[in-house]
Amino acid sequence: MKNLLLSLLVLASFSIWMTSCGGGQSKIDEIKANSIKTPADPMADWQSNHGVGPIKAFELPESVDQALVTTGQGVYNAKCTACHKIDKKFIGPSPKGILSRRTPAWTMNMILNPEEMVQKDPIAKQLLIDANGSPMANQSLTQEEARAILEYFRTL
Amino acid sequence: MKHTIKNTLAVLLGSTLLLIAGCTQNNGSNGALGSDIAQRVYVAPGEHDEFYALVSGGFSGQLAVYGLPSGRLFRVIPVFSVDAEKAYGFNEETKAMLNTSYGFIPWGDSHHPDISQTNGELDGRWVFINENNTPRIARISLSTFETEEIIEIPNSAGNHSSSFVTENSEYVVAGTRFSVPVPQQDISIDEYKGKFKGAISFIGVDQETGHMDLSFQIMMPGFNYDLAHPGRGKSHGWMFFSTYNTEEANSLMEVNASQNDKDFIAAINWKKAEELIAAGEFDVMPANYAHNVYDESTHTATSTMKKEVRVIDPAKHPGLVYFLPTPKSPHGCDVDPTGEYIIGSGKLSAALTAHSFTNMLDAIENEKFDGDAYGIPILNYDDVVAGVVQQAGLGPLHTEFDGKGNAYTTFFISSEVVKWKVGTWEVLDRQPTYYSVGHLMIPGGNSRKPFGKYALAMNKITKDRYLPTGPELTQSAQLYDISGDKMELLLDFPTVGEPHYAAGIPADLIKPKQVKLYKLEDNNHPYVAKSEQETKVTRNGNEVHIYMTTIRSHFAPDNIEGIRVGDKVYFHVTNLEQDYDVPHGISMIGANTSELLIMPGQTETFVWEPKQIGVWPFYCTDFCSALHQEMQGYVRVSPKNSNVPLKWTLDGETR
Repeated sequence: MKNLLLSLLVLASFSIWMTSCGGGQSKIDEIKANSIKTPADPMADWQSNHGVGPIKAFELPESVDQALVTTGQGVYNAKCTACHKIDKKFIGPSPKGILSRRTPAWTMNMILNPEEMVQKDPIAKQLLIDANGSPMANQSLTQEEARAILEYFRTL
Repeated sequence: MKHTIKNTLAVLLGSTLLLIAGCTQNNGSNGALGSDIAQRVYVAPGEHDEFYALVSGGFSGQLAVYGLPSGRLFRVIPVFSVDAEKAYGFNEETKAMLNTSYGFIPWGDSHHPDISQTNGELDGRWVFINENNTPRIARISLSTFETEEIIEIPNSAGNHSSSFVTENSEYVVAGTRFSVPVPQQDISIDEYKGKFKGAISFIGVDQETGHMDLSFQIMMPGFNYDLAHPGRGKSHGWMFFSTYNTEEANSLMEVNASQNDKDFIAAINWKKAEELIAAGEFDVMPANYAHNVYDESTHTATSTMKKEVRVIDPAKHPGLVYFLPTPKSPHGCDVDPTGEYIIGSGKLSAALTAHSFTNMLDAIENEKFDGDAYGIPILNYDDVVAGVVQQAGLGPLHTEFDGKGNAYTTFFISSEVVKWKVGTWEVLDRQPTYYSVGHLMIPGGNSRKPFGKYALAMNKITKDRYLPTGPELTQSAQLYDISGDKMELLLDFPTVGEPHYAAGIPADLIKPKQVKLYKLEDNNHPYVAKSEQETKVTRNGNEVHIYMTTIRSHFAPDNIEGIRVGDKVYFHVTNLEQDYDVPHGISMIGANTSELLIMPGQTETFVWEPKQIGVWPFYCTDFCSALHQEMQGYVRVSPKNSNVPLKWTLDGETR
């Protein structure tokens, strides 16, 4: 008696589930199609991606600050050139034209906060894969130094 | 029905609570069998220990860093022995640290660490430790956990009653265990009596840099000086040394140095010694001893030979030294946190002697002397003794204090720690150790402010305590909870080498001072390359200098040609990383030395003397990144007379 009751109950709930899912071959095809969908290109909406870290979205001023460029070039040469070359992709990408691919805040956050960026930011995640897992080194720069480097990048 | 369930639940809940309460109460008195013991030493993954324990490595020559209460080993700091893992004594920068008047010595016997103090309290700046065999004192930074300085002690032999700091770190003291002819001379050993001297050294400490300077030596009679502790509070300005072999025997010491019923604790008034030095009341003796200093900005040590020492003869200066008769070959000489009591542990006796500093001053003032030894007044035992802890155990060695009026003494022969009350001298508790305990340590035990929560006993013998490892077994440390009335054994853990003394300190006094990396801007190493643009290879005769850099995950340069058999090749490697916990290593096939292990921003150097032609690889020895296995390079070695030009590249380009 008890067993019969249980069987009935299971059957009933299964029927409800079937009905609610719609069922049928078309549904399975739909799920399959979704599962092979190419993920969105993380680079596509770079203009609205400001990265993860201490720097919030900001606009660069019209004119380039030459003094800042000089400082930035010095810091870049001292701390970055082991992995980044101006004229080619080396360990990491060339910074040439970076502001046509990344926002100012994203760029600074990548310099200042690389560990968190490669974990959370979709572009940085992709770049880590592209670099065969070679991480962007945190060179413990100050925000001022990172800002100066950014100014230098504007002139490349 | 509902009502019944409710009642049942209430009863169940009540009895569970009772059960839990019952368990908690029981555990308090269950000793090592208590079920919460494991929890009290358990530091969960990712959590930090409450204390650092800096435990001497004895015949390993090093200093090991453990966490308490977990007993986890964090680091072995190389001090007096070479360490291939860290390139200490192998790289060009640190070889000078092990220089002595006898030349380079690769090994030492480290004994008694003591942490610097300010106003009688631990300040966490430095830890000092002595080397017994070739008398030396080292200073280790507690910001970098690196040995920064080593000073050799002249006129000394068996530097055992060392390295104890005064309450403002004015001095680190070092007393000789073995007396020797001073100055050394070619005489018969039978001439020991009267001709052999025991040098007690006071090493001044620069409060800004920590740099040590041998300020003066007091040339004592030819006894053995065993251990020491500084006065504190009211007795600040005095230093106390235990002595044995007041018989001045020189053979079959275990019998002949154990004849006298009482030996002495020597009380030295170092403030008085300072006055004598200021007044020019000293002799200058020729000497030859090494002073080795590691410079954090050049990442390099230099060794300087010092040529003289200021010496004071205590017989000529009344008021400088007094002898306190103490039974029986006293080993430990420990001062309680108030500075009033000086505890002598007569190792051949069953009793502990507590001298009173007040009584001592009174006896001195009233000149209650019981003769003299080599012109040094001996005070009357009955006038200075404040109390005796009777029949406490067999073979008392060392005493520490909890800051709550209790003392804890180790007994080597009866293998136990005994707790007793300062002032009433009554024994309160005893707990076995496993086995043959030497020192014990309470964090801050040698200060005005001990942190009386744990005591760490250090054992010489472990026999059946661990999985056996052939004839040589580990030594061990045992942790006791001393916060309650009765001591509770919490933990056993094996140690590096033989742990003599240890020094403990709350982690909070050390953690905020940690250096995480060296700034490249501040690197003044003569062979630094601060960027890949600065890398190069230079030749001067058969001497080749490679200015190399590392960063995840490549060397620059990584292809080098133009090296010849018979060259002496210096790899000067700068780690360009500026992030925490990213060291790189390097070694070269066939190099007759150790690897380098280079911290971020640091430069280190190893020498390679290629003996065969060919193309030889080098690689990073510290797993640094996902591309660590790719971090390698090649050096082409040509015959001795070859014309292959010097060439250095990375990815086909010369920097």
